[in-house]
Amino acid sequence: MFKQLAAVSWMNLQTLPQRIGASSVIVIGIAGVVAVLVSVLAMSAGFKHTLADGGRADRAIILRGGSDAELNSNITRADIDTISNAPGIAKDANGKALLSAELVSVVNVPRVDTGTDANVTLRGVGLMLTRVRPELTIVSGRMFQPAVRELIAGAGAVKQFRGLTPGSVLHLRGADWLVTGVFTSNGDVHESELLADADTVGSSLERTGYSSAIALLTDPAAFTPFKDALTTDPQLKVDVQRETDYYAAQSRPLTKTINVVGNTVAVIMAIGAMFGALNSMYSAVAARGREIATLRAIGFGALPVSLSIMLEALLLALLGGIIGAALAWFFFNGHTVSTLGGAFAQVVFRLTVTPTLIVGGIVWACVIGLLGGLFPALRAARLSVADALRAA
Amino acid sequence: MKYFPLIWATLWRKRVRTIFTLLSIVIAFLLFGMLETVDYAFAHAGDGVAGANQLITINKYSITLSLPLADVQEVRAVPGVSAVTWITWFGAYYQESKNFVFALPIETQSYFDVHTNTFVVKDDEMAAFRNTRSGALVYSGLMKKFGWKVGDKLPLHSTIWTQKSTGSLDWTFDIVGTFDAKDPAQASQMSSNVMFHYELFDEGRSFGNGQVGWLEERVSDPSQSAAISSRIDALFANSSNETKTQPAKDFSMTFIKQFGDIGFVLRAILGAVFFTLLFLTGNTMMQSVRERIPELAVLKTLGFSDGGVLALVIAESLLLCVIAALAGLALSYATLPYIQQGLPGVELSSNALLPGVAVAVVLAIVVGLPPALRAMRLNIVDALADKR
Repeated sequence: MFKQLAAVSWMNLQTLPQRIGASSVIVIGIAGVVAVLVSVLAMSAGFKHTLADGGRADRAIILRGGSDAELNSNITRADIDTISNAPGIAKDANGKALLSAELVSVVNVPRVDTGTDANVTLRGVGLMLTRVRPELTIVSGRMFQPAVRELIAGAGAVKQFRGLTPGSVLHLRGADWLVTGVFTSNGDVHESELLADADTVGSSLERTGYSSAIALLTDPAAFTPFKDALTTDPQLKVDVQRETDYYAAQSRPLTKTINVVGNTVAVIMAIGAMFGALNSMYSAVAARGREIATLRAIGFGALPVSLSIMLEALLLALLGGIIGAALAWFFFNGHTVSTLGGAFAQVVFRLTVTPTLIVGGIVWACVIGLLGGLFPALRAARLSVADALRAA
Repeated sequence: MKYFPLIWATLWRKRVRTIFTLLSIVIAFLLFGMLETVDYAFAHAGDGVAGANQLITINKYSITLSLPLADVQEVRAVPGVSAVTWITWFGAYYQESKNFVFALPIETQSYFDVHTNTFVVKDDEMAAFRNTRSGALVYSGLMKKFGWKVGDKLPLHSTIWTQKSTGSLDWTFDIVGTFDAKDPAQASQMSSNVMFHYELFDEGRSFGNGQVGWLEERVSDPSQSAAISSRIDALFANSSNETKTQPAKDFSMTFIKQFGDIGFVLRAILGAVFFTLLFLTGNTMMQSVRERIPELAVLKTLGFSDGGVLALVIAESLLLCVIAALAGLALSYATLPYIQQGLPGVELSSNALLPGVAVAVVLAIVVGLPPALRAMRLNIVDALADKR
């Protein structure tokens, strides 16, 4: 039987070039579906990746209780002192807590593409910044100086928003802020932001407190005692979360929306492509009616003949899937876009075509191919040998 | 018209193939309808928001920075401004963070002077609202959604504002009435709205007192909007809180544009769909004409002109595409309520479906033309002899 299957399939495939038009309908139809599916899901994968990379399991973010996001939160200086003394927090050689008290606000900066104002995060950070966030690297220019109006811009922000290259001046509440450098930080969400000294930002915005505190812990296991110490302190009303959990929650609403949209569009397109595949395979069966009947007449079984038709549809679908995924990867992988993230501020991210997405796309392609090949294969199996031979 | 039965018959010559081709075009236009509606909604997002006679004044540097309440007095004196009101973002939810409530502290008189002809409120409920310090008006649809009744206590959690008295983020209001949208087209934008007293809010919060999130103005002559906006901004030009005033419509467009180039994404998807479809349908049409070459030759022998044969094939393609497109657009029209659920605050309009018919005609001509030209150029003798 396998010998028969191999023989028939090989014969089918050899005749493919004669049926190039009908066969390419399957390949191109499925390539279209997979390209759209993979590109749209690459958006949500990229967004999730960008937010997830901002988190480390051994870093904790402290917000005022019930605030949900940094932009809404408010933490006093006294709270910061209490938090600095909590157990589990990492210390430097001088015994100072590795903690960055941060003041988060958004400023209007025009987008490069539309020229319209966008909410860009201006994050005031503490002096321990580089110890708390060792992934932060200055790639051009220099670090900002505390106590003067200087800031550094994330590599993503520089690409998406106007006037953020080193040496540019940002006008904010009657004062000029000098952009002194550009930083990267593992491609995470902070690359969409502007960083400056928290106290300088605070005095400019006339704000006395902070939005959040980011604490580096001695190790990931130190989180629970750290959190318990803060949440049981009657003087404090704070929510303590692992950074990884905080960012995962921030990315959830948008990734969910993109995934629903992407999958819905892809399902609808897949149904359309399946009709195309059905058409092509039916006409392939019809065109080869005599050939199939001849094979059956000389002793080939119905099963190998049908299977060979399915196999042909599957191979064409697979080819379409690979082409589609390759197109998505070629055109969109690494493509930088920005959108309004969960917290009212712009998040710059890169579309990421992950191996999982490629495999998923190819699986979709195979399913469409199998469904598109199934009914024509059944027809081939039921073909009456005598009738088909007689038909000219 | 007398050729219709002929075209109809040739269309269904291979029934299964026609059905599948038809269905894939239906699917393409279903997607076209859905995506175009969303694209149209985002492109026209500002239209439903407010009349051209409303302006909005925000802090120039950031939407999160506030403005002094005292600005209101100065703006009120600007010539051309007929009413001014002030609002602050309250950031509320009911019970769980997924139950977002667009609760706005408003000044109970001036808010309705700016937003005239926007809300429908019963007179007695409006009076009760103005007389009850802790009173709240709730959008009728939201009342239904959560099963609230007039007279209920309404507990809302603010993610920003703590109460001075308790230090808590939980606020409680008394529901004294409901409101509806005067223009049904604006209903979706109000779907989670609650209004309560600014006075209660400002006196109750533990910080930020005397500050407002933004101002909203009504102008008597919309054509003067730009001049009035610059007059307002000039008032605060060298203060620490410079302002940016713009028509409410432009403000919402700027906000929508922050989501990125949604139009580009949608058009890219549509491009992929139609390229695929073009290829698929074009191939079917080609195949169908190829199979019919002897028949077409017979038609020509009977005296059909070259142009007549061309027209027949194009008409067949038109019939196929237009039937399928209408079915697809009708289907997408049926999905509008579901899309609307996923996009609260965005107004969907069936206007976006009309260009679909034009697209179907273009599609029909593009896929029908190559086989039609082939049919036109057929040489009768060769074709009858089946020499292709």
